[in-house]
Amino acid sequence: MVKKRLSKRQLVILKVTVFAVCLWPFSCIVWDAVNNLLGADPIQTLHFRTGDWALRFILLTLSLSPLKRLLNSPLPLRFSRMFGLFTFFYASVHLLVWLVLDQSLSLDNMIEDVPQSPYIILGLLAYTLLIPLAATSTAAMMRVMGNSWFTLHKLIYLIALMGVIHFFWLTKLDDIEPLIYAFVLFILLAFRWPVIKRIFS
Amino acid sequence: MLIKKPALFTEKETTSKEDFYNSRSLISKSRRQFLLQSSSIMLASGLAPSTLWAGNKIENYKKSILSLNEKPTAYEYVTTYNNFYEFGTAKGDPSVNAHLLKTKPWSVTIEGEVGKPGIYNLEDILKRQQLEERIYRLRCVEAWSMVVPWIGFSLAELIRQMEPTSKAKYVEFTTLYDPEQMPGQKRRTLKWPYVEGLRMDEAMHPLSLMATGLYGEEMPKQNGAPLRLIVPWKYGFKSIKSIVKIRLTEHMPTTSWNESAKHEYGFYANVNPQVPHPRWSQRRERIIGAPLFTPKRDTEMFNGYGEQVASLYKDMNLKTFF
Repeated sequence: MVKKRLSKRQLVILKVTVFAVCLWPFSCIVWDAVNNLLGADPIQTLHFRTGDWALRFILLTLSLSPLKRLLNSPLPLRFSRMFGLFTFFYASVHLLVWLVLDQSLSLDNMIEDVPQSPYIILGLLAYTLLIPLAATSTAAMMRVMGNSWFTLHKLIYLIALMGVIHFFWLTKLDDIEPLIYAFVLFILLAFRWPVIKRIFS
Repeated sequence: MLIKKPALFTEKETTSKEDFYNSRSLISKSRRQFLLQSSSIMLASGLAPSTLWAGNKIENYKKSILSLNEKPTAYEYVTTYNNFYEFGTAKGDPSVNAHLLKTKPWSVTIEGEVGKPGIYNLEDILKRQQLEERIYRLRCVEAWSMVVPWIGFSLAELIRQMEPTSKAKYVEFTTLYDPEQMPGQKRRTLKWPYVEGLRMDEAMHPLSLMATGLYGEEMPKQNGAPLRLIVPWKYGFKSIKSIVKIRLTEHMPTTSWNESAKHEYGFYANVNPQVPHPRWSQRRERIIGAPLFTPKRDTEMFNGYGEQVASLYKDMNLKTFF
């Protein structure tokens, strides 16, 4: 049985714990980078590890409202902002790895590389769409924006889809991993079928 | 080094051309006999195959003037960062799974437009070659590169020994197919067995190498033991591993990656920073084993071997024939 209500203190402890757990992958990545444990192809390893976590967090964020229904408890929704912001965090690190390590912060490099690499264009677009969601994630912004906040934040469905396609597009041959992400996303979107139908009607 | 020892297989096993083309079962029968024969010889001499050659140092090879004057990538990375889908699609899979491959004994079928077709054991092939060390840059189509001190012999020399007929226009290479030894073949990632090919003039080029070792020792299994191709001006996937068949043909062979995605992987697959892969740029490459903040390296035309090989393609549009 899931407890319906937690005390304020319990909730704080739970949130701090979950926050620490969400930071754990990042700590591991930093540890490996500092200790030269990223292997033969460190840039690629960083790309994959940060990208994986960005995708995982967007899927985790999307799993909260189905979880709320399954558990019949509002507790999961207490974490939607945190998970959403961790998505943004890992996506930002992912982008930073590309900017600093892959492109050496050179605009010339980017001007040459980006038009030749469609998956990068898609990734950059997806990241751009994440920015307004992160910027409007505060309670105050929710109050100010009212209903339009919910409309704006439906962008997360599109961003998740772009993220998964981004992964598919850069994969050379073995599609197993992107297929797993696509499968999970498909299940999570299926829960929202009525909402999605409304968007497109 | 094995070629210096008395040959374990003194009789070259060859089949006449007629026999060879008349019956496939004959081939498999003779191959079975060959395998039985060789294993009994080994038992008789008291040597188990695994203790015979594992990790052996190669002696008596000369240094090639065709080598790059660069420090090779660390042995650890050369032998653990491998694209060899027969053992799994992750870079670390081959070094974990390749122990399943039995490389001794090993035979290579020579067939097609040649004067001397047959099934040759590798020992016999090697006896006739001069080994040399060549330090080449390997540029993968995935936009990374490493520098490897290969040991091998000239492919051109081997082809001359095969006595090509006037109809021989292409060389087709085939990797072993045996899902028990190569568990990656249980998944249909590519169509197995792996096949690669070269135009005759490419194969006859002095840079084209048949490699049997690296870093002064026999080829680690994950790197394509016991016999692999190295064509340094082409993307790595052209350099086929664990070769069991070499066929000279009149027509361009169907090659594995080309068949898997025609618009992404051409038959020629020459390293060319001006021609992007449809999904990623080829202008720069990550240097394997380099510290984290090392900028990527500018990819060179023909992987830096343009002076030697550009003339092979002088009348070709390399954007069309990528």
